[in-house]
Amino acid sequence: MEILFYIAAAVTVLATLRVITHVHAVHALLYLVVALIALALIFYLLGAQFAAALEIIIYGGAIMVLFIFVVMLLGPLAVEQERTWLTPGTWVGPGILALVLLGEVGYLIAVGDHLPITVSEARQKGVSIALYGPYIIGVELASMLLLPGLIGAYHLGRRVSKESR
Amino acid sequence: MLSTPALVLAMMLFSLGLVGLLSRRNILYMLLSLEIMLNAASLAFIAGGARWGQVDGEIMFLFILTLAAAEVSVALGIVLQLSYRFHTLDVDAFSEMRG
Repeated sequence: MEILFYIAAAVTVLATLRVITHVHAVHALLYLVVALIALALIFYLLGAQFAAALEIIIYGGAIMVLFIFVVMLLGPLAVEQERTWLTPGTWVGPGILALVLLGEVGYLIAVGDHLPITVSEARQKGVSIALYGPYIIGVELASMLLLPGLIGAYHLGRRVSKESR
Repeated sequence: MLSTPALVLAMMLFSLGLVGLLSRRNILYMLLSLEIMLNAASLAFIAGGARWGQVDGEIMFLFILTLAAAEVSVALGIVLQLSYRFHTLDVDAFSEMRG
């Protein structure tokens, strides 16, 4: 279990290093997705299963898709550029790191019952009770944050025409 | 316990994000570095929650997640506007206010 943590931590740090040193945006995004998935595995090993699922679904899914949409909107997506993106050099690095993570998950599934990391229902219940009990003001504040976020994104996302400026 | 190495990892990730934020001049990479730093903060919260056996760490993770979603949507709108108006993503080109 310790060694799983250290392997996932090494994958996270390596992928993050590649994110901040890479030149191509799409490559950096691929590495960031791998780093987020490794971080989700670390959350799972720390006993926060719900947080791990949310990390993959919202960070690795929704937020990264937003980034990729914007990268696609920004760059002129020429055919030869797509061809360079689809060369093996693009995905072999993230692929190797993701394979390491796949090996870890396979190991966790194979030995599952012998490890003290089972989904603890009491803990998830405690999260829900605390979220809608003492932390209810935080939930309200989150909703008040998300609505201006939605309106701001809609306002900023419009393409300003030349004559209206 | 894995909490101490998790905190060390959070520190390393935060430092990497900070280095990326300070060294890169492309605004998209600066946003990615911000995401890395937010992730490091949530990892620290989760590690703290695991250390003390409390649920507050996961709740703070949920709030950080909400914050990151709102921040990314607004910031990417700003990136789109800047690229429409200045035709570049270099933050040094956006210094019209001479701040």
